[in-house]
Amino acid sequence: MGVGIEVTNLNAWYGTNHTLQEINLKIPANHATALIGPSGCGKSTFVRCINRMHETNPIARVTGTVRIGDLDIYEDAKPVEIRRRVGMVFQRPNPFPTMSIYDNVAAGLKLNGYSNRHELDEIVEKSLKNSALWDEVKDDLRKKSGASLSGGQQQRLCIARALAVDPEVLLMDEPASALDPVSTSKIEDLIFQLKSQYTIVIVTHNMQQAARVAENTGFFLNGRMVEFDSTHKIFTNPSDKRTEDYITGRFG
Amino acid sequence: MRTLTDHAVTGLAVLATVLVVAPLVAIFVYLVYKGASSLNLDFFTQIPKPVGESGGGMANAIGGSAMLLGLGSLIGVPIGIGGGIFLAEFGRGTKLANAVRFTADVLNGVPSIVMGIAAYSLVVVPQGHFSAFSGGVALGIMMIPTICRTTEEMLLMVPNAVREAALALGVPNWRSVLAITVKTASPGIITGCMLAFARVAGETAPLIFTAFGNAFWSSNLNQPIAALPLQIYVYAISPYEDWHRLAWAGALVLIVLIVLAVSLVRYVTSRGVLKGAS
Amino acid sequence: MVIAQVPEIRIHQSQLLPAPGSPEEKRPAKAVSREISAIRAFLLSRGNSAMADRGFHGLMVLCALSIFGIVALIATELVLRSKMAWGQFGLDFFYKAYLDTYTGQPMYWDPVNGHFSALPFLYGTLVSSFLALLMAVPLAIGIAVFLTEMCPRWLRAPLAFTTELLAAIPSVIYGLWAVFVLVPLLREHVNPWLIKGLGWTGFFGDDNPTGLGFLAAGVILAIMILPIVSSLTREVMLAVPHSQREAVLALGATRWEMIRMGVLRNARIGIVGAVILGLGRALGETMAVTMVIGNSSEIHRSLLANGSTMASVIANQFAEASGDLHLSALMEIGLALFIVTIIVNAFARLLVWMVTRGAPSSTH
Repeated sequence: MGVGIEVTNLNAWYGTNHTLQEINLKIPANHATALIGPSGCGKSTFVRCINRMHETNPIARVTGTVRIGDLDIYEDAKPVEIRRRVGMVFQRPNPFPTMSIYDNVAAGLKLNGYSNRHELDEIVEKSLKNSALWDEVKDDLRKKSGASLSGGQQQRLCIARALAVDPEVLLMDEPASALDPVSTSKIEDLIFQLKSQYTIVIVTHNMQQAARVAENTGFFLNGRMVEFDSTHKIFTNPSDKRTEDYITGRFG
Repeated sequence: MRTLTDHAVTGLAVLATVLVVAPLVAIFVYLVYKGASSLNLDFFTQIPKPVGESGGGMANAIGGSAMLLGLGSLIGVPIGIGGGIFLAEFGRGTKLANAVRFTADVLNGVPSIVMGIAAYSLVVVPQGHFSAFSGGVALGIMMIPTICRTTEEMLLMVPNAVREAALALGVPNWRSVLAITVKTASPGIITGCMLAFARVAGETAPLIFTAFGNAFWSSNLNQPIAALPLQIYVYAISPYEDWHRLAWAGALVLIVLIVLAVSLVRYVTSRGVLKGAS
Repeated sequence: MVIAQVPEIRIHQSQLLPAPGSPEEKRPAKAVSREISAIRAFLLSRGNSAMADRGFHGLMVLCALSIFGIVALIATELVLRSKMAWGQFGLDFFYKAYLDTYTGQPMYWDPVNGHFSALPFLYGTLVSSFLALLMAVPLAIGIAVFLTEMCPRWLRAPLAFTTELLAAIPSVIYGLWAVFVLVPLLREHVNPWLIKGLGWTGFFGDDNPTGLGFLAAGVILAIMILPIVSSLTREVMLAVPHSQREAVLALGATRWEMIRMGVLRNARIGIVGAVILGLGRALGETMAVTMVIGNSSEIHRSLLANGSTMASVIANQFAEASGDLHLSALMEIGLALFIVTIIVNAFARLLVWMVTRGAPSSTH
């Protein structure tokens, strides 16, 4: 079951580059929230701050508070603990190349020391079903490597991998940008199905995608969040001129 | 005139290539010719006979080499891989990493004879006698730089996306490095270990004052022990025809092992070290 | 709580997606929702493994530091054990001879009377290495040019493999081959001809009928350093940007002019680096040289005379050194060799790095 996210005064830097400035935002639980904006606006950095992946880069720095449920992730916990609660799907599919499909899905549990084989089998099956990949791969779960699948299948495998640890939040950083249209629509359908059970934050540069899958949308520009509102309002009647310019394609 | 020079240079380059390939062919042909005629079952099962008696083999030297190499690997492989992991996963871009890299190159350039006398004064002198152990230490140290640098290179070839995928699952860093990054790069790392192995398998100079050689069977780490390259050296500079033949046979065995290792390495690397890793 | 919401959403989904057979779908979904909390509970129970992470990090740093430790240990041992000879002879060790009281001849290395000077070995090392470079460098550049610029594609891999194999052959096997093939060849066919033609220069005396000596050592060293020099030369030549070649070709140059002006000129610093790296190998090469150089502790002008290198004298005398001072003198030679190879290698790496930096690495 998902939980809400509350971000207060979040700032982030890459070296001397101030990539996120004073972000304040409440992301509701069990809904999909889209983040849009031109490339380099800080939306990817923002999601990487929510599971503390931002700080894996040695020159990166963060200030401010992020609460997931009632947990202050920068105060009350270590990165590994946060990342076990917050799943992430990356821009390019990144299955573990040496592992079978089964092991890819089970990786998050196995590598954290989970060893109940029978339950693992069930979790893998369920995760693959939830990511709408089960029917395509059920016959060679252990025979084929994750890297042997097509791009769209790989991305759904990555979603299954993220779901297997039963996260409370699912972050998706432009999950369909490297995929063909058919795979993209499959991923979108999937997000639509999943959002009732997880809090989903999806970064996208594709405005139609945001409109299709998300209840709420935030617009980022130059490291600041310009506007955050219901998707409907953002796309029909934005209150900020810059949002309107972006939506109508006047820049970006 | 200019075209003439051009042709002349082409000719010279081809000649140079031939001159390089010629000694290799010569060495191989001669090795096979001389070695094969002296190779027989006795070579692999018998220990050397005293001068004057014909026959005998190098079973003890082959066994000794295997033991020395095993011991060397026990020392060189973990330290080398550990150093490589440090360079690729923890030290990227730091001064310490640069210093380690440079030191590994220095160690790689230390002449093997100097490694020999260093191992002598580090191990043989305190122990008070020559030993298999001291030879293994010398070989192990010599394996470290090659393994360390290839491990680093292979780990750097693992796409960062794979590391991020593991970290984003909340996998602890140590586990992510070992179970994901190192495992992904493992064919390349094994290749590096085999390269190092092949390199020290033929080393003689570091063994002269450490393993020392032994005319008999020995499996005692505290005793001098025979080694294939050492035995080849001793037999080659001896005045006895029989021993010369054994030296050739030994050299053939050694070179076959090394060529096999190098070819295997070549095969693995040409197949793509990280097959499937995009 | 979870279960309560699921059916409601299922209905909503089925409008969007033709859902697979719903009874079959629902059962695992329910079974799972019970399990979900189990997984969550399990994951929450796992520690943050900060200790394990720190421990692992520390262990890897330790491995890396042990490389420093080893080099430091080698250096200290060599320094400590060569102290005696250093105390006795000081810097004289590297350049002075003493005159034999009976014959009036200069003496360098005299274990019997306890007098040691490394001069003949420095000389032997320099002469044999220089001879090796003289023979190997033109060949190495030739093969590198051939491989990068004119070799047909199908021949490239086998030739590269061949040079790789040359590098993998152990020193002692080169020595074996040299003793039984190269030395007789020099003795029977090359040396007499050299003595007849060039004997007047004084570099090719006829007083050593064995075929051993500096020339034999130089030839075998040349063969041994060829792979490293040629493969590095090839690497720096490949690092020259293609635009350089095209620029020269566009001016109407022939292939050789293109290679000379477009490639060799741009790669020259790196090639010098490759040559110096080859020198580093030659200086420290032991077994093959020991087997063919003749092992004499004197200085001869003739390239056909017997000699010794720093490495070969250690290999030859260390095991049967006649006393502490002798041993210490050999250690000092080892120390000198250690320092020289470090300097030479560092310098060479620097040069090669200056050229290949920024260029795509081409280790394979």
